[in-house]
Amino acid sequence: MPLHAYLTLAAILFSIGFFGVMTRRNTIGILLGIELMLNAVNINLVAFARFNADIVGMIFTAFTIPITVAEVALGLAIVILMFRMRRTAIADHLDILKG
Amino acid sequence: MTLEVVTFWGLAVLLIGSALSVVLTKNLFHSVLWLALSLTATAGIFLALEAEFLAAVQLLLYAGGVVTIVVFAIVVTERLVGERITQTSRHIVTGVVLAGALLLAVLRFLRGADLPVERPVIGVEDVTRVLGKVLMTEFVLPFELLAVLLLVGLLGALYFARPED
Repeated sequence: MPLHAYLTLAAILFSIGFFGVMTRRNTIGILLGIELMLNAVNINLVAFARFNADIVGMIFTAFTIPITVAEVALGLAIVILMFRMRRTAIADHLDILKG
Repeated sequence: MTLEVVTFWGLAVLLIGSALSVVLTKNLFHSVLWLALSLTATAGIFLALEAEFLAAVQLLLYAGGVVTIVVFAIVVTERLVGERITQTSRHIVTGVVLAGALLLAVLRFLRGADLPVERPVIGVEDVTRVLGKVLMTEFVLPFELLAVLLLVGLLGALYFARPED
């Protein structure tokens, strides 16, 4: 398969994740959409690394995956904290900072 | 059709189907399970791209770690509220239009781009071995920084989610 095929697949995946982030009302649902988008980026990085026969691109992916895990752990901790304070998971209800 | 083409199309259908289920399913728990499937399919794509080490990392950290954390969060939050969390979507038309526009823009750019069709031969015998070597020599500083970041991130998460006293 040419590089085009992999990049197109990643683009479709990214758009689906973007759609999820835009339309979900639940904060956990929004996080899942972000996961899909990050995943698409990882596919792009690995595909470019393979088609350029360059190992460094794969190293980059090996860094982005753990960073994503840290991001999810922190994001969910914040979600749980918001649940304790506001008893809601709907992103629209989280308007404490509104003036 | 060669094996590579069949594998790619199979994985692509699996990946896009499960990703669509993630953003469209009403039940949040099912959504997470679909996410696990799509992350596993991504590991398959990594295998098709001959990145065995990254496929393993993807399975261990994403499909293993992330999905477990999210399931934990759902269980904890449902216990806090005392009811099943269902999730609804809003502004679906706007979402479709914007995501579609983004996709079209990227695809148009891709069509005009000059990209390699054939994969070159990787000059090394064992990619995983070289990855490990480079990670421990050339990229050792970012590697250690990553360890610090993970530690700080997990400590911060623990601090946020600690039980109320």
